[in-house]
Amino acid sequence: MESFFSRYRNALVLIAVLLAQVIGLAVQVRAPGSGTGDKGGVRLIRAWVVGMVSPPERLLHAMGRGVRGTWSNYFDLIHVRQQNQSLQAQIDALRLEEASLAEDARQGERLQALLGFQEKYVYKTVAAQVIGTAGTEQSHVLFIDKGSADGIASDMPVITPDGIVGKTRDVFDHTSQVLEISDATSGAGVILQQTRIQGVLRGNSWGQPQIVNVSPDERIKAGEPVVTSGGDSIYPRGLAVGTVDRVVPDPEGTLVSVLVKPSANLEKLEEVLVITNTGSAMPSEMQDDLSEAQQRASDILAERLPSRADPNAPPTSAAQNGTPQTAPPPANALPTPPPKPPPPLHADHFSPTSMVPAEDLVPGQRMANSTTPPAQPPAGNSGSGEPPHRTGNTAGNPASGVSPAKKTEPTAGGPASPNQAAPALSHEPAARSKAAPNTGTPQNGQKPAAKASQPDNGQKPAPAGSPPASSTPAPQPTSPQERN
Amino acid sequence: MALMASSRHEVGSRSYPILVYVLTPLLALGLQSLLSLHFAFFGLIDLPLLVTIYYAISKREPISATLAGAVIGVAQDALTHHPLGVFGISKAIVGYLSASLGVRVDTENHGTRLLVTFGFTLVQTIVLYWVERHMLGQPYAWIWVHELIKAGINALIGVILFALLDLSRRRE
Repeated sequence: MESFFSRYRNALVLIAVLLAQVIGLAVQVRAPGSGTGDKGGVRLIRAWVVGMVSPPERLLHAMGRGVRGTWSNYFDLIHVRQQNQSLQAQIDALRLEEASLAEDARQGERLQALLGFQEKYVYKTVAAQVIGTAGTEQSHVLFIDKGSADGIASDMPVITPDGIVGKTRDVFDHTSQVLEISDATSGAGVILQQTRIQGVLRGNSWGQPQIVNVSPDERIKAGEPVVTSGGDSIYPRGLAVGTVDRVVPDPEGTLVSVLVKPSANLEKLEEVLVITNTGSAMPSEMQDDLSEAQQRASDILAERLPSRADPNAPPTSAAQNGTPQTAPPPANALPTPPPKPPPPLHADHFSPTSMVPAEDLVPGQRMANSTTPPAQPPAGNSGSGEPPHRTGNTAGNPASGVSPAKKTEPTAGGPASPNQAAPALSHEPAARSKAAPNTGTPQNGQKPAAKASQPDNGQKPAPAGSPPASSTPAPQPTSPQERN
Repeated sequence: MALMASSRHEVGSRSYPILVYVLTPLLALGLQSLLSLHFAFFGLIDLPLLVTIYYAISKREPISATLAGAVIGVAQDALTHHPLGVFGISKAIVGYLSASLGVRVDTENHGTRLLVTFGFTLVQTIVLYWVERHMLGQPYAWIWVHELIKAGINALIGVILFALLDLSRRRE
């Protein structure tokens, strides 16, 4: 017996080691804890190894950042001024866009409250540096330099400004393990943004995220955005995930898998955000941002619109025709109300006094034939080059001096219907653009500015090369709804 | 004819400072984790495997090589999200086989090292595939060309790394 052990000692040791590890594997797979993370001795071993490996990684990473920071902060500052200007223009554009979405966001929030739908808003995030990976092809795992001491727990979403990265798995004191969405064992509820097809996102064997078990649908095209659906109770709804790369058939059935190109560059991650707190109510900071965005957007539009009163500009053609001009107010003058629009130069279809009663209308007859023929614009007012029916709309309602927008402005108590809100959108920028240079104070509660930047029924002056007014006006819509 | 097992072990067993035994695997794990973050190409290289093979064929003691491979593999498992033991099993087998081979053949030659590393990289991949697919039920992509390229790269890196590690050998 003794000779047997001495003779096969090496093989017996190997068998014992393998047997111990197989038993350990079976125990871990059978009782994986609460779904993610480990407990007991396994967690202790992981903590030891991470504790030994991560400090040098953190040190090397800090040294690398120092070198890169020295270069980027002192030597690589060429063209910064031009970049700053282009970024400022981009900020202006984004503010306009944000303002256009603000009302939609508020309306969505109200509707969600009515439906009892629980939306998740991001309240707090923790920025973290990526300091390492698992180092193998089979495990798509990152290590970040923030842990439980920084308020991070398991199953917290990890994102970048471009899109989601994954979720935290094992969390240690000052280090956390992040399971990427490209791993085969990950899972995230996603939805295709246009076709509204929902599914579960997980990585395939090659590390590319894919939506599995999707019914074949011809509407799914490459390039369609994919966002989180919020159905997994981990990722908040609406975060960018990526775009559809291609659709591949599932070899085991009739379903297909949708390969997704992730928005976040998972191969080159340096900084990530861990969402540590979410809630069902829109945070006050976001509400303030929306209000501020609307105010700033109105200022930006007021500066950009050509109807802004420029005190240094030469006299306009309207002044040459005798139209009264308002002198620029002194710098210390009190804010004045916006000036009333000038009366129309000719009769049009939209002035209440010139509107043909409904009983006098003949089916099939053109409106222009039943009303006063449009007058030719005077020679001195040809600067705009607009057709008569368009210039007439600029005046709004000269009789009352109140633009149609004021009549259809939704009340603060509840949302207005889109048909009611549409005329207000098209008429407000002109009022703002005239009021802003004098007052300098934005008007709260006004409608989104970007929507108002669309062609707004004649308020926008025609370009210099536009064709002259036609003698036969085109058929005109008879209501504000049709015009919009 | 290569030397027999017992005679080669008695003749050519090497020794290293104890600090080298401890620091080299840790350095391999740390570099593997750090460099894979910045260079995606580094995911093909398995530095802990190369360290395991080197000490196995240098010490020529199957028991210590088996235990060293198991410890290094479990440490590598600890950095992944897989259960502990996947790399532990594969590296324990590779350590045992490498030490057994080192007892029987001359592993001082660079060509031999190249072939040994190439072969044992494939062995580890086969064991990993078997454990992942058949014991854990996890997907594992297997393409022969990819695995052969991976083994070839590890063999080339291994020859360079082994030459560097030879410098840490204790002079007798």
